[in-house]
Amino acid sequence: MKNTPLLLTLFCLLLSACTSQATPAQSPAPQPLTVMTHDSFSVSEEVVAAFETANNAKVTFLQSGDAGSMLNKAILSKNAPLADVLFGVDNTFLSRALEADLFEPYASPALANIPAAFQLDPSNRALPVDYGDVCINYDKAYFVENALAVPQSLEDLTKPEYAGLLVVENPATSSTGLAFLLATVAHFGEDGYLDYWRALKANGVVVVDGWETAYYTNFSASSGRGPQPMVVSYGTSPAAEVIFADPPVDDAPTASLLGPDTCFRQIEFVGILKGTQNRALAEKFVDLMLGKPFQEDVPLQMFVYPVHPNAALPEAFVKYAQAPAQTASLSPEEIAFNRDRWIQEWTDAVMK
Amino acid sequence: MPHALNHRDTETQRKNRFSVLSVSPWLKRIALWVLPLAFLAVFFFFPLSRILAFTLSPEAITAKNLPITASALLFTFYQAFLSTLLTLLLGFPSAVLFARFDFRGKSLLRALTAVPFMLPTVVVAAAFNSLLGQRGLLNTLITNYQLPTFTPSPFTLILLAHVFYNTTIVIRIAGTALSSLDPQLEQTARSLGADSLRVWTNVTLPLLRPSLLAASLLVFLFDFTSFGVILLLGGSQFATLEVEIYLQAVKFLNLPLAALLSTLQLLCTLIFSTLYSYLVTRNSYPLAPRSTQHPPRTFQQKLFVSTFCLLLSAFFLAPLASLPARSLFRLEADRGQRAQIQYGFTADYYTELFINRRGSIFYVPPIRAAFNSLAYASATVILSLLLGFPAAFALAKPTRLEKILDPLIMLPLGSSAVMLGLGFIITYGKWLTSPLLVPFAHTLVALPFVIRTLQPAIASIPDHLRQAASSLGASPLEVWKHIDLPILRRAALTAATFSFTVSLGEFGATLLIARPEYPTIPVAIERFLSQPGGLNYGQAMAMATLLMLITTASILLIEKFRPPSAGDF
Repeated sequence: MKNTPLLLTLFCLLLSACTSQATPAQSPAPQPLTVMTHDSFSVSEEVVAAFETANNAKVTFLQSGDAGSMLNKAILSKNAPLADVLFGVDNTFLSRALEADLFEPYASPALANIPAAFQLDPSNRALPVDYGDVCINYDKAYFVENALAVPQSLEDLTKPEYAGLLVVENPATSSTGLAFLLATVAHFGEDGYLDYWRALKANGVVVVDGWETAYYTNFSASSGRGPQPMVVSYGTSPAAEVIFADPPVDDAPTASLLGPDTCFRQIEFVGILKGTQNRALAEKFVDLMLGKPFQEDVPLQMFVYPVHPNAALPEAFVKYAQAPAQTASLSPEEIAFNRDRWIQEWTDAVMK
Repeated sequence: MPHALNHRDTETQRKNRFSVLSVSPWLKRIALWVLPLAFLAVFFFFPLSRILAFTLSPEAITAKNLPITASALLFTFYQAFLSTLLTLLLGFPSAVLFARFDFRGKSLLRALTAVPFMLPTVVVAAAFNSLLGQRGLLNTLITNYQLPTFTPSPFTLILLAHVFYNTTIVIRIAGTALSSLDPQLEQTARSLGADSLRVWTNVTLPLLRPSLLAASLLVFLFDFTSFGVILLLGGSQFATLEVEIYLQAVKFLNLPLAALLSTLQLLCTLIFSTLYSYLVTRNSYPLAPRSTQHPPRTFQQKLFVSTFCLLLSAFFLAPLASLPARSLFRLEADRGQRAQIQYGFTADYYTELFINRRGSIFYVPPIRAAFNSLAYASATVILSLLLGFPAAFALAKPTRLEKILDPLIMLPLGSSAVMLGLGFIITYGKWLTSPLLVPFAHTLVALPFVIRTLQPAIASIPDHLRQAASSLGASPLEVWKHIDLPILRRAALTAATFSFTVSLGEFGATLLIARPEYPTIPVAIERFLSQPGGLNYGQAMAMATLLMLITTASILLIEKFRPPSAGDF
């Protein structure tokens, strides 16, 4: 048959795909360690390589969807855990993880260096690794061109001059959107937040399903060149705009609104999964994540801040990433108890 | 004598022949079914039943859950019905165009219509936005002429995107059937005095019914379980069943409700496919592979061909072309002067793909990503044909067993990827990390396509041709080579194209299995789009362009194996 050579080639391609990347074994077989993370997790090759050589280990990262999917997968597989370590559950979902009893406590010696404000779980089942602020980014050029003052508070956003200028993410589908909803709950309280959202809706707030759409399709200062000059994103996004600018720029095209309670702080945690067969190695990996080399790697890999106070920040972070003086905050218990109800009430008020 | 008239006879002959020739028909049936059924049991029915068991919990059917369920069900039906109708409206004339006429650039245009099928939703959303968005190309042009801007509503965008994605299904399935229709039938009707319209309504359309129904069913199921398109273009105020399942399962961890909704979705799928099987079982018409393609001759034909070529080019090329455009031009060369958008040509996004700037452990070089994608896709083609052929053979000559099994084949298309993913986790746990599982997950989605494409072709092989050939002294091998093969080859190529593109597009397979290694192009695109910065956006567009190129090239290559227009026997 005429197509036999091609079929053979495809078969060979297939076979080589299955075999070519098998690395030759070194010394005594390295001990495997599986780390379950969300899809946004990233780390330098060097940091992992150093850990692997020092401990004769082979680390596999199991990226399991967004933070919510990852957590649910971990909960469903609790009896036969998929990994030894889980990274990436944040303070908005921490209680769900703790209630599901996913983690074994581990009082890492490295915690001594971490400020107590980040250590939300007193029994050390979940240990803080990094934090970031969900803030509203604005398109600097738009406000200059239109001679419009930059809003200073959450209340300002309901003023007519900002009608239709803000895009937010749906808290039901996006963790960024959920964080912003929590900021408004923290600021306006249980009794006021829905009225605030109704006012925002009357003022033409645009709701999309996730951060990617909000930022790349709707936000005017991103490459998508969308219609809205304000977007719910991160305090570090302006720094990313500089680092990933093409051609290089000397100033960030965006900045964050830093008024009181306009930003919500997300803290991400790591924990050792119950039932791990590699407890000793898992402990070492947690120590690594809290140690300086990993902590200094965090900003440019994931665009969040290290919890280690002495970890040096990259220059672009110092210059362009902005941290608000006062972030909105709610306790993990409060969030856990009310989260689903707030999302439902928000959906009824804004989406219907 | 037109074969259609005596098909009842052939049917009985076929049955007789079957019972006479097969020593043990049941053994043969079992042999045909063993692999496909084992595959479905292991990768579909068992893991799915584990997660759907949550439906039985008392929290599933409550007063609170019922309104959510009802409104999701209603909207799902409504949008799927409209989308399918629109897709047929564009797809069927296009199928006629490709099956009946020869014109320059035909194979390229045909290949292009299949490209959307495997583009990640994020990329399609970006393409639509850069074309139809408030500051998109269309509105930039419009505002230049001082006309009011045009911004389609989210619902219109959803419908447009569904048509954009699924037209290729109609083109390929109906087109394959149309091009293997025996031209003698139409000629006979014409010689008996029927005009063109009557030939179409009385001869051609009835003959095409099985394949049109098959295409409509596949399109409907795809629209029915639509997820990414709805979320990205419509936002979550448009909750289809699948969107609601995702929200309940992943965001609220409300498994009872999610399981209830999935069960409902599966039931609907089962009803549609049973209906479909019922409608097509008595319709297997003899086909003969002949070239019926010719350049447009009459004025009407020329008008038809040029109109549809233009329409298809505009509808498919414009959004697709915006991706390579965005990967080569930066829009904000100078952010200070926003009044006029400045365009700057750049190759940076492509060169940047080859650099691991941040030394990330998850960096994947573009060649590696392309290689992984192609390897998975090739494996999926082989696997799905291997499993699809025996099943299609059995289904083509149905016994009571097949009548039961037939609708079940379609179920993977109607099941929520999210729920199946959770089912995999509770059933297979650590096995999930093996990269070898990826082609299996892709095959699960591709298999219904493969079977639905092969089955009508196998059923249509005219027995009297086989009998004539053997009575003239042809060995069974020669019969297979000269009768079966030419017909099957065409269908097998269509099936291969489908499974290839299904695999390249990933189709929620990322939800099914976790993969630590071997990232594919869609995975790489998603990674770029998950962080801010012009360079990330540009690289995502560059990767998407790469995916488009690879897909188009592969489809053109697969179509090279189309049989050269077979002459008379």
